[in-house]
Amino acid sequence: MKDGVNGVALAVFVFFFLAVTVMGFMASKWRRAENANNLDEWGLGGRSFGTWVTWFLLGGDLYTAYTFVAVPAAIYAGGAAGFFAVPYTILCYPLVFTFLPRLWSVSHKHGYVTSSDFVRGRFGSRGLSLALALTGILATMPYIALQLVGIQAVLDVLGVGGGEGTNWFVKDLPLLIAFGVLAAYTYSSGLRAPAMIAFVKDALVYIVIIVAIIYIPIRLGGFDDIFAKAGHAFAAENPATGKPRGALVTGPQAQWSYATLALGSAMALFLYPHSVTAVLSSKGRNVIRRNTTILPLYSLMLGLLAMLGFMALAAGVKVKNGQLAIPQLFEDMFPDWFTGVAFAAIGIGALVPAAIMSIAAANLFTRNIYKDFLKPDASPEHEAKVSKLASLLVKVGALVFVLTMDKTVAINFQLLGGIWILQTVPALVGGLFTRWFHRWALLAGWAAGMGYGTWRAYATPSATQSHFGNTNLIPLIGEKGYIGLTAFALNVIVVIVATVILKAVKAPDGIDRTKPSDYTADAGDPGVAAELPPATAGAPGGH
Amino acid sequence: MSEPPEQPAKGSRRPVVTVPLIVAGVCLAVPFAAMLWVGSYSRLTPALAGVPFFYWYQMLWVLISTMLTVVAYVIVRRHERKHRGGEVR
Repeated sequence: MKDGVNGVALAVFVFFFLAVTVMGFMASKWRRAENANNLDEWGLGGRSFGTWVTWFLLGGDLYTAYTFVAVPAAIYAGGAAGFFAVPYTILCYPLVFTFLPRLWSVSHKHGYVTSSDFVRGRFGSRGLSLALALTGILATMPYIALQLVGIQAVLDVLGVGGGEGTNWFVKDLPLLIAFGVLAAYTYSSGLRAPAMIAFVKDALVYIVIIVAIIYIPIRLGGFDDIFAKAGHAFAAENPATGKPRGALVTGPQAQWSYATLALGSAMALFLYPHSVTAVLSSKGRNVIRRNTTILPLYSLMLGLLAMLGFMALAAGVKVKNGQLAIPQLFEDMFPDWFTGVAFAAIGIGALVPAAIMSIAAANLFTRNIYKDFLKPDASPEHEAKVSKLASLLVKVGALVFVLTMDKTVAINFQLLGGIWILQTVPALVGGLFTRWFHRWALLAGWAAGMGYGTWRAYATPSATQSHFGNTNLIPLIGEKGYIGLTAFALNVIVVIVATVILKAVKAPDGIDRTKPSDYTADAGDPGVAAELPPATAGAPGGH
Repeated sequence: MSEPPEQPAKGSRRPVVTVPLIVAGVCLAVPFAAMLWVGSYSRLTPALAGVPFFYWYQMLWVLISTMLTVVAYVIVRRHERKHRGGEVR
């Protein structure tokens, strides 16, 4: 690490940061509706985004700063196992293609803003909808915290994070500023802000990756050398486990883990509240389908990005904190000005998802906790106001998380978050296709999956600590696999068994407010825009 | 493209399963078979431009699965147009 502050890089970084700040505030005027004071406008950008805006928004949303730092960091730490991110992002798009258009249609028809809105309408159960909303909020908070960790990593390498000796206020001041700016424009512009900033973020990210994947191998003597050196580094013994540190391909014992991690993560990705928010903000069913054919460009980029982990090894980057490996590689390899560009890409890459995540969590709070349980007669204006305040609260929560707790806590919770989100699959995805499940059975399955997943994750040692591993033995199969997927299987079994029992004893079923045709409706169909429920009636539907 | 959307019968748009739809389903299922069978690609050789097989093969599948999704998209879109009677963007 170069001593002190890297002035040129810092200047470039600040320049881009200011530019997106201005954009963030200006975004409130972008495609503004007559009456902007409701959740459809603030929380879903007027449900008006076409294919390309949705592409940038979803790309900016899912491929976060944390992803950029964590995926190569995982490769840097252990090799092949970290590459599961690629099959993971391959598999999520066929899944998205199958179920999200249905969620879009039914949400559009009934004015649902969150996935829990749908579950309440489908199963007539506020309890189930509350359970899913809490799961979503709980899983999103640490994710926002991790975005701030991403910014922190960049600031650290830039040398403005302050040394050990500086007091906490000076040390965290840059992060506080970044955070304040983010909170302010999210508050004023809603989902339009991250949608607009996503253009800059993605452009920067693509430029940086393409340059990195060409320039760094040239400096390191080509991929042959890189992989030879990386293989050598992996062969070294990990002092904690006494086994080799990593491998260039997954061994026979690791294949179940690799496959189940990819599948489980793929199933969870688009059920995160921030994914749902971005999907519902698009203006048509086929916008989503078209996006499944262009979003894989990001997966390709992710694969290239993963290669940076090997380059960091080959370049002999030595960092105590693995998360710093890639920022450090950039600083070692690139000229200062381009380091600034690269860091801006990571920094802005954190702002976009953090904004969307806080909006998504705020929507969940407003619709499924505040309106359902505290103030059922809230007007659309009132909802928007509550959501704006909630988005601030969520971000403050994430900030406190980052500043007061160890980084590993955020990472552990994010890992648990993935396991938790997977437990919403039976109600959400199942509910999109069938009404056979009983609402109480879904609640029981959810509780079983959450409990089992959390307990197993806690009891499993990871590579660096004695808790919060993500793979353990799968009962009956006897191979190591992703805990989230095992918990999901348990969840499904409980749901099916409980449904059979509950139906046999004729437990009261909730009222289904949806019709089969709602799931295939598209914008422009008769009744789709006009038939908004009372919650959003009186406000323009957003087209 | 220009004909007005038909009023669907209330609550009863029966799903119609056709051969092309099954093909679309297969297109969407193939990546799962390919990616979850980790044993089929967990090896180092043949390397491509110095990148071990394990890595370039999976990245190749990003492209293959995208192509398959495009096929599924075209099929499903055609199917929906035919069966809902109206063009919707």
